[in-house]
This record gives sequence, structure tokens and C-alpha cells, in this order.
Amino acid sequence: METVIEVQGLTKSFGSFKAVDHLNFKVAKGEIFGFLGANGAGKTTAMRMLCGLSKPTSGSARVAGYDVQLNPEKVKQNIGYMSQRFSLYDDLKVEENIRLFAGIYGIPRPLIKTQTEALLEKLHFTEERNTMVRALPLGWKQKLAFSVAVFHQPKVVFLDEPTGGVDPVTRRQFWELIYEAAAQGITVFVTTHYMDEAEYCDRLSMMVDGRIEALDSPQQLKEKMGVASMDEVFRLLARKAKRTE
Amino acid sequence: MDKMIVVEKITKHYEQVKALSNISFTINKGELFGLVGPDGAGKSTLFRILATLLLPDKGKAWINGVDVVKHYKKIRSSIGYMPGRFSLYQDLSVEENLNFYASVFGTTLEENYALIEDIYRYLLPFKERKAGKLSGGMKQKLALCCALIHAPSILFLDEPTTGVDPTSRQEFWETLSKLKEKGMTILVSTPYMDEAVLCDRIALMQEGQLMKVDTPQQIIDQFDKALWKVSAKNMYGLLKDMRLSPLVEQCYTFGQYLHFTFVQEELDALVAYLKQKGHQEIEIAPTAVTIEDCYLQLTDV
Repeated sequence: METVIEVQGLTKSFGSFKAVDHLNFKVAKGEIFGFLGANGAGKTTAMRMLCGLSKPTSGSARVAGYDVQLNPEKVKQNIGYMSQRFSLYDDLKVEENIRLFAGIYGIPRPLIKTQTEALLEKLHFTEERNTMVRALPLGWKQKLAFSVAVFHQPKVVFLDEPTGGVDPVTRRQFWELIYEAAAQGITVFVTTHYMDEAEYCDRLSMMVDGRIEALDSPQQLKEKMGVASMDEVFRLLARKAKRTE
Repeated sequence: MDKMIVVEKITKHYEQVKALSNISFTINKGELFGLVGPDGAGKSTLFRILATLLLPDKGKAWINGVDVVKHYKKIRSSIGYMPGRFSLYQDLSVEENLNFYASVFGTTLEENYALIEDIYRYLLPFKERKAGKLSGGMKQKLALCCALIHAPSILFLDEPTTGVDPTSRQEFWETLSKLKEKGMTILVSTPYMDEAVLCDRIALMQEGQLMKVDTPQQIIDQFDKALWKVSAKNMYGLLKDMRLSPLVEQCYTFGQYLHFTFVQEELDALVAYLKQKGHQEIEIAPTAVTIEDCYLQLTDV
């Protein structure tokens, strides 16, 4: 099994404060890996290092075959990223956003037009191609943003709470897109607060106070802790947290 | 039972878009009433009309017997409103925001402290922090305190827990439950089904229309089909194959399992079909209906 993310002793300190404390884990190709934890646990800080956006204080990480400290630019070229805070340009049309990101992600010019058409059709957005993204409902935006993030078939796509505040139907459609991407061999690294979504993951890790307190499949975690739902797993582990915000 | 909020045939257009279509319902005094529906259903529009921030095109509404259009000023001092996005002053501290809002309503933090005490104690350690630097959960608590500062009798909360972590969400709903015990009438919208279930009654909304208004239990009882769950080793493959089967009416993901309904109950035939498709570790059984299943059935996912 090809390892696509490899983290060893990954640490990030801000002065004496250890935001991320010696993380160790590996993620395989095509895996849907859930990265859970309460706000303030260190998830975003960890993700930023994995995306090549922030330098580790110590330890190492290899993402998509490149060291995040030595080759952050190569890392960025081989990943996709989507978050609630930023996904697409509100003041550009649907089609314009697709074309822009296709260019940024380095899709060859001759392919951009055909791939754009294919994507619009797949998402049933052909009629909406000239709609300003700001006019789209949140759920549609999220689906489009995800599709754009994997447009260039990256090895890994990082999703930072992609379905926050989105209704049950759209959330499911979104996760079907995730399933499909994973089936195509794209590794999905996702953070979520929805515990039913945690169930869709192949494996999960739970961060508490900067450390990983649990790392296993949803099924194994529930069995080990003797509980029936991921909700209860989260509650039991989060209760141990000393760090709130 | 006292009718606190009466909505009668409210309609609202935004140019071509019909945001609300002939909406009518009532909310009783002391009720915790939930508005449930996807983005674009019209929830925020309804809140803005009831909070006297937007005029309806047709229809009327009364809050505690007072017309929302004719006597909007009177209503504004008796309601607390928490809009969908954090809208307090990011560059003012927690304490400064609270004092500001108190002064706008002609009161002080001390006067109605008892009402917000339970919530404010979480914020006390951060009272000098700028509101913009608070975490999601803390922002929600502050916004709720500001909405309560003038001791309103009604609260309008537009998706107050969206984007907030599960622990804070639970704390927030415990707070709402305590406020309800003190006699507060609360209208809250939420995309979370586990929260919808905590309301006295809920309204399921879609595309500007009300689909159902009832207690969560009644809505569940009205689910008119047998619901089943299924899982297998390859969940995504299972989802695709289930949807291709003529035996299956509706099938959707539901955490660890898929939930589905039969066109006609033929359990053996379905299992045989799945085995023939190569599925392993098949687990299939009837399952209890939840509000989320009702919602998904009504919106036909």
C-alpha cells in the first residue's frame, strides 16, 4: 500500500506553547482519513504544516512524496485544498472559477475547456455556468469547491470542515463526491464536527491538547471504548482536554 | 395556550425568486420551536420579517398581539435576535460589546445579569478579549448574551450553532432549555437534526414552503414506510448497487449504514442480488426512524 502522508514527531510551538505535540501517523493512497478534535486542539495548525503553509518546529512530514519543510512548493502542486472560510471567488462566475483554478493547478491549456464542460455537466451546473458564485446556495458552493479542489487529480485533498452548516441532503451529496474521489485513488484528509460523517472515514485520529489520543477505524474505536456511536467516542475523549479556547 | 407569534400567509419575493410562499403557522408562549430546512428554504428571510427588518410582500404577522409592520418599534424592544452570521463588534471586547448593547436598549449589564449569568460565566475569563479573537463557541455565547441583555420575552436565533464544535453545541442547547424554563419563547433554525429533536415542535421548510409542522415524535410516527439499514465492506460500491436495484425505492448514506426503503419488501431477493454483485460482510436489518429520515424522505434525496 502506497503511503501518501507520513508524519513523524511533528511539532509546532509558539514560544513555550506546543500547539502540535509530536504527531505520528501514516495515511495510505485512496484512504478517507478523518482528522477530528475540538476547536483549539491543534487541527488547523497541523493541517497548515501538511499543506506546506507553515514550518514545523521539529519532526517531519512527507506529503505526496515531498518533504513539507524542504519542498513545500512541490507539496502545494500535488495537493488540493478546500475550507469553509475560503473556497471560491464570490465575485466570479461558476465557469470563471473553474477556469481560474484549472490554470492555477497547472492543467494543460488544451484540456481546460473539455474538462470544464465535463465538470459542469457532472454537477448539473451547465445552466448555472454564468451565475456569480456568491449567488449560489452554500451547499452548491461547497460541492463546486470540492470538485475544483480535485480537478487536477491531486494525490491528496485537504478538507477543512467542508460541510459546516450545510443541510442533510447536500451533505450526503458532498460525501458521495468524497467517496468517488477516494475510489479514484485520491487520498482525502478531512476534518469535521459531524460525527455521522466520521463514520464514513476509513480511519480517524482524534487530537486533544495538541496530541493524537486515538487513531483507528470508527468501528475499532467504538469497540475499544465500549460505545455505540462516534458521538460518544468524541465526548469521552474530548472530556480529557485541558485546553479550551 | 397563549399564541405568542402568529404568521398568516406571508409571501416574499426577491425579484424573480419566491423566497417565502404563503407561510402560516403559530408559536405558543414558552415554546421552543425549530425551523428546519436546507439553504435557500427561506428561514433567514422569515426571521428578518419577524424581527421587523424586512417587509413581507403579502400576509401579516403578530408578535404578542402586535403587528410586525405597523408597530415595529414596539416589537424591537421586546425581542432578542441572533442573526446567522456573527454580527457584533469584532474590535470591541466582550465587556464593551455587552455594555454597548445594554445602553442601546436603555438598560445596564447589571440590571438583567441574572438572565445571562449562566452563559456569561464561560465568557468571564475572556471579558477583556476583543470579540473578533474569540473561538466560534465563545462568539455564540457572547451573541446570545447580547440578545438577552434587555430581558426580551422572545428569542429569534438564526442557525446559532452552525460551525460550532459538538461540546459547545450541546452547552448552547442546555442553555436554551434553561431559558425556556424561565418562560422564554424561542424560535430557532438549525441544520442539525439532533437539535431539531430537542424542540417542542418543528417546521420542515423547503423552497419557501412549509412541508410539515408538528412535534418531532408526531413527524416520526407519520413516516409511512418500513425503514431498513444495510452495510457491507465496500460502502460506496454498495450505495451505487443499491440505487441500481429495482427492489429499492430510496437509499442514502446514514453514518455507519445506508438507510433504504423497499419498493416491495423482498429481503431474500435483495441479499441475493448484493451477493451476486460481490458484496461481502453484508449486514441488513430493519431500523428505527429518526427525524433525519423523515426530512430526507420529504426532500426525496
